[in-house]
Amino acid sequence: MFKGNFVQNLPKIYGTYTGGFLVFILLMAIAESAGMTAKTIGILFVAFTVCIYAFIGYLSRTVQVDAYYVAGRQVPTVFNGMATAADWMSGASFVAMAGGIYFGGYTYMAFLVGWTGGYVLVASLLAPYLRKFGCYTVPDFIGTRYGGNLARFCAVAVLTLASFTYVTAQINATGTIASRALGIPFELGVWVGLISILLCSMLGGMRAVTWTQVAQYIVLIIAYLIPIFWISNKGGFGIFPHLMLGEEVSRLSELEAQFGLVKNSAADIKAAGVPGGLKSIAVAHSAVPEGGMAAWKFISLALCMMVGTASLPHILMRYFTTPSIKAARKSVAWSLFFIALLYTSAPMLATLSKLSLMDPSLATGIIGKPIADVMQIEWVSQWTNVKQAFIADFNGDGILQLNEWFMRGDVVVLSTPEVAGLPYVISGLVAAGGMAAAMSTADGLILAIANALSHDIYYKIIDPKADVRKRLLVARALLIVIGAAGAYIASMRITSILGAVAWAFDFAMSGLFFPLILGVWWKRATREGAIAGMIAGLASGTAYLIWVYPKFMGNPVWLGIDHLRFGIIGASVCLVVMVVVSLMTKEPDSATQKMVDDVRVPSGKTILGKQH
Amino acid sequence: MSNKEKHWEKTKGLMITTLIIWFIFGYLIFMFGSSLNQGSFLGYPLAYYMCAQGSIIAFVVLIFWFANKQEGIDEEFGFVERGEDE
Repeated sequence: MFKGNFVQNLPKIYGTYTGGFLVFILLMAIAESAGMTAKTIGILFVAFTVCIYAFIGYLSRTVQVDAYYVAGRQVPTVFNGMATAADWMSGASFVAMAGGIYFGGYTYMAFLVGWTGGYVLVASLLAPYLRKFGCYTVPDFIGTRYGGNLARFCAVAVLTLASFTYVTAQINATGTIASRALGIPFELGVWVGLISILLCSMLGGMRAVTWTQVAQYIVLIIAYLIPIFWISNKGGFGIFPHLMLGEEVSRLSELEAQFGLVKNSAADIKAAGVPGGLKSIAVAHSAVPEGGMAAWKFISLALCMMVGTASLPHILMRYFTTPSIKAARKSVAWSLFFIALLYTSAPMLATLSKLSLMDPSLATGIIGKPIADVMQIEWVSQWTNVKQAFIADFNGDGILQLNEWFMRGDVVVLSTPEVAGLPYVISGLVAAGGMAAAMSTADGLILAIANALSHDIYYKIIDPKADVRKRLLVARALLIVIGAAGAYIASMRITSILGAVAWAFDFAMSGLFFPLILGVWWKRATREGAIAGMIAGLASGTAYLIWVYPKFMGNPVWLGIDHLRFGIIGASVCLVVMVVVSLMTKEPDSATQKMVDDVRVPSGKTILGKQH
Repeated sequence: MSNKEKHWEKTKGLMITTLIIWFIFGYLIFMFGSSLNQGSFLGYPLAYYMCAQGSIIAFVVLIFWFANKQEGIDEEFGFVERGEDE
């Protein structure tokens, strides 16, 4: 199956796979009506999909270096787009994004703009040139363009810090979903999640990750879209929600005015004993906050996420796998297309979910109803029992007010099918989708770190004479070590999912963005400049984070640049230092200049050989 | 100017055009979010619509447009890949 003209057979293979998955959903629906319990359905959904990914991972095993590092550079444009989309959309995108919009409204939606606009930078500034370079990893480009082990080492350090920050959040998400679906403790769920992740990547490296990511994309997009269309049609909100929810958005503004958006004081929340991490709706859904500072906060967050996107190695390395430079550019466009399918749906899900909850004229609405009645509703009691939702009767009138209903952001996506009264099979499907999203991102990240350590540190710096067998052995051993380290940290539950995810973007942009783009776009950039820029950028960004983050030093923020936006400081310092030091040092030699010239034209051989 | 230099000049020009459009949809319109929200599209307040769907769709179209344009530039100067390394 994976031999010969496998690439030509891809549409057929994944078409069959998609059909098979839809049949599986139908079978589960039939089983549910025949009386199968919700718990069994949840277990079957997660177990069935994970087994398929592991099977694909096994079929894609390889002993060749270029297959292991860059999937043999034969991934077609559209499929690479799907794989990148799965690589990109993490547990946070799937589980937390709609919840973020639910509680944060327009202000939060800066993330939507930021997490998509970065691909314009990837396409126009980086992807085609890195593909022409022919590198295996992102530090491979830095190391060859600027020369020397120190530059390579600095790039590996930034990559490891950024990706590792990100990966713990992903393993955390797989753990949460696995523990909920399989009914096991979180600490055990984390390790079950890790084993599932490693099953996909261990044997086949990038090749295995690519083909499992395509499979995971199909599951996650089906799991995200079905509930939205179902709820929208069932509730009579519109056949095609994306085009038809205008009225519902205005209705939400009316309801906000009717109930009033009250921000509870910290003292009230504490006195009522609201569990940590739960929020109430206190921000307008679609209204834009007034003032220059609010606009600056919106665009500065979007800026950090965009520039961070263009610096994150696990995304950039996906474009090393296309057959040509032309394909790399087109593939970026397809990636964003597949990402947009989910991202444009998240605000619709948030709107529907919020309206189902808030509108007293709907059967599902709970706001404005007697608390005693609300507590009788099955999904309410279920989520309040596990402390994911909470009711605090502040004014003691026995009626549920908008500011008295608390919920965890992640619960919005997971609970919406139940809130809207869909059959349990949809909840099982959503769990499988969340698992796919978190696993695919974790796989990409762990592979990015392990590949950088095995290729750039072990092979290029420590033992350049190592044979293929030994290199791949080291690569796989590192995969396990890094995964285990991530799972261990995740099991300690240190940060909330979102804080950590935004930090990864800021770390990456602080250290890598300018060394990467100036390496292509500015011939005068020198090794000393790049090294100084990476070190100064990362150090200043990290120092600023420690300076302002409330849990570290908690100093007042400067110009609204808080801990989610520290990359602005890091990247600016990196740019200035890199330019100044480059101009002070000797211009790169003619061989390097010629290399940059060659990178800029698509024709001709790649800079690094097919196998290196 | 050599062929290579001309090719690079045009490539740079395309990059700058692309980034200007990117800047408009990613930042410029959101600087005026509250006045933008007075307008509406498909019944959605306009600023809300732009960050929920509008800008995202604009980015997708922009990248497809950019990729086609760049292919045109590569062809014009004879730098089309022949697939030597595949």
